[in-house]
Amino acid sequence: MTAVAWARVHARDSGLTPLVVASLVIVALAAVAAIFGPWLAPHPAGAQDLLLGVSGPSHDHWLGTDDLGRDVFSRTVVGARTAIVGPLLVALGSMLLGNLLGLIGGYRGGFTDTAVSRYADLVYALPALLVAIVVVGVVGGGYYVAVGLLIVLYSPVDTRIVRSATLVQRAQPYVEAARTGDVPQHRIIFWHIWPNVLPLAVANAFLTFAFSIVSLASLSFLGLGVGPGAADWGRMLSDSRTLLFDNEWTALGPGLALVATAASMNVVGDWLFERLTERGVRR
Amino acid sequence: MTFGASRTAFVLRRLVGLAVVVVLVSFLVFSLLYVAPGSPEQLLLGNSKTIDPETVRAVREQYHLNGPFLERYLHWAANAAHLDFGKSIRTSEPVAHGIWQRLSLTSQLAGLAFLVTLLLGIPLGVLAAVRRTKLVDRGVVFFSVVGLSAPAFASGVLLLYVFAVRLPWFPAFGQGAGFLDRLKHLVLPAAALALTATGLVVKITRAAFVTELEKDYVTFARARGIPPSRVLFRFVLRNAATPIVTAAGLILAYMLAGSVLVEVTFALPGIGALLVDSVTSQDIPMVQGLAMLIAALVVVANLVVDLVYPLIDPRIVFGKSAR
Repeated sequence: MTAVAWARVHARDSGLTPLVVASLVIVALAAVAAIFGPWLAPHPAGAQDLLLGVSGPSHDHWLGTDDLGRDVFSRTVVGARTAIVGPLLVALGSMLLGNLLGLIGGYRGGFTDTAVSRYADLVYALPALLVAIVVVGVVGGGYYVAVGLLIVLYSPVDTRIVRSATLVQRAQPYVEAARTGDVPQHRIIFWHIWPNVLPLAVANAFLTFAFSIVSLASLSFLGLGVGPGAADWGRMLSDSRTLLFDNEWTALGPGLALVATAASMNVVGDWLFERLTERGVRR
Repeated sequence: MTFGASRTAFVLRRLVGLAVVVVLVSFLVFSLLYVAPGSPEQLLLGNSKTIDPETVRAVREQYHLNGPFLERYLHWAANAAHLDFGKSIRTSEPVAHGIWQRLSLTSQLAGLAFLVTLLLGIPLGVLAAVRRTKLVDRGVVFFSVVGLSAPAFASGVLLLYVFAVRLPWFPAFGQGAGFLDRLKHLVLPAAALALTATGLVVKITRAAFVTELEKDYVTFARARGIPPSRVLFRFVLRNAATPIVTAAGLILAYMLAGSVLVEVTFALPGIGALLVDSVTSQDIPMVQGLAMLIAALVVVANLVVDLVYPLIDPRIVFGKSAR
């Protein structure tokens, strides 16, 4: 399945609509900003100009400044980092956790499988953002505690996908052959089966990424994510509410960056998912 | 095996399962008092600077903090079962009373948003599926992806800017008094809340209809000359309904989380804003009460969705998973 699946991504009928291409470009831009943001931004993200205060777009400040005279454009560019790093960790972490549980549950079957499935059902039913609000709010710890929590809370989707894919793979002749050949169980699971179910998990990781951008920004918006004063899109939106009348770009800058990045990730994830699964509908 | 007996057995089994979940969650919610930074006495006294031993003893007595952990939990759970979660540390009103007072605003907000979501999301999804690959479809899919990706607070701030700052059509903050005024105050928050959910409903409805429209029974019905609208609404809608109802359960959970963001954005004093205020001020009893309310709502929503499936699709037997 792997070779076939990846081939579908590269195939001529790759489903690369203008929307998908635009999304890939936006994702690439966000990645560049996340890595090189502090060097690309025209002003330092934290530099204040209290005499200037809040101002509209000008030649020097493309998107104007906020109430402390900080450059909105620079803060939006620099803010890409917390917007990307956390979701990246969540996507990778929940992919690994979900793969591990799904592979073991699907391959072992029996009680292990029941336990894994019940656990996944239970966690899946939890409203992730609300749990994160309560735990991060009460226990504290901020951004990275939220990242850890979301890894656990988002993993059931991967667990379910990987588990059912593993069930299909387990019945294949190559697994039977490996068993007959006395290959150790962990080797069958991780060397033989895993590569065949991984493409699905990778596609889903993009969707997890899109969800996490929104969730982590929401926590920051509520003051439960990054520290005060940090250049973060959720934080900036929260601070901008009182500045809407003076410089609307304090809200529009980070808001549009946030929505564009999350939407692009969703489009790319959906596109990969359709390419990598048979259920893909030809457009 | 009679249908009625299997149905009763299924409902009973589900209820037992859900009761187990509620007990598990309540245990975690109870432990919040112990995982929060600071000692329980300090938390319950509201972190006042001077705590004399006399007061501490009184608090330990009042909240039964002297027994072993399990005994304390049982005490708390017994009270919680009577909706008695103690007094809010921040406002010193009874927790249940504080929640009750703010519940109506949030349920009006969520109800309005839920209505908008269904009335907008399902028709748009059907439209996109019927006009698949056409311009209308591309437009609807684009709208749905953007809606799905826009956090409620971002769309909320955007709506505030366009419809309250630029065009002064709607009030920016507050909850309004009287029916019409309240409705006017809730339009923008409900729109922000509905946007994400609508994106989800459109996506799921479109996918379900696309799948169904390719089936043989649709081709056959068309071949028999049955009017397209009748095929669509009498045959396809019913078959496509299962995933949409599943989504409705998800959407309720989403509305709970979204209302937190929207209420903070629009300064509405509902239970979402109450949760944020209580969490940031370490008002543990209030957080516990709200967490149990949320857990109960999610559990009930899941149960309702499970019970509705067989009504839509009689082929689904109770206790067997769909399809």
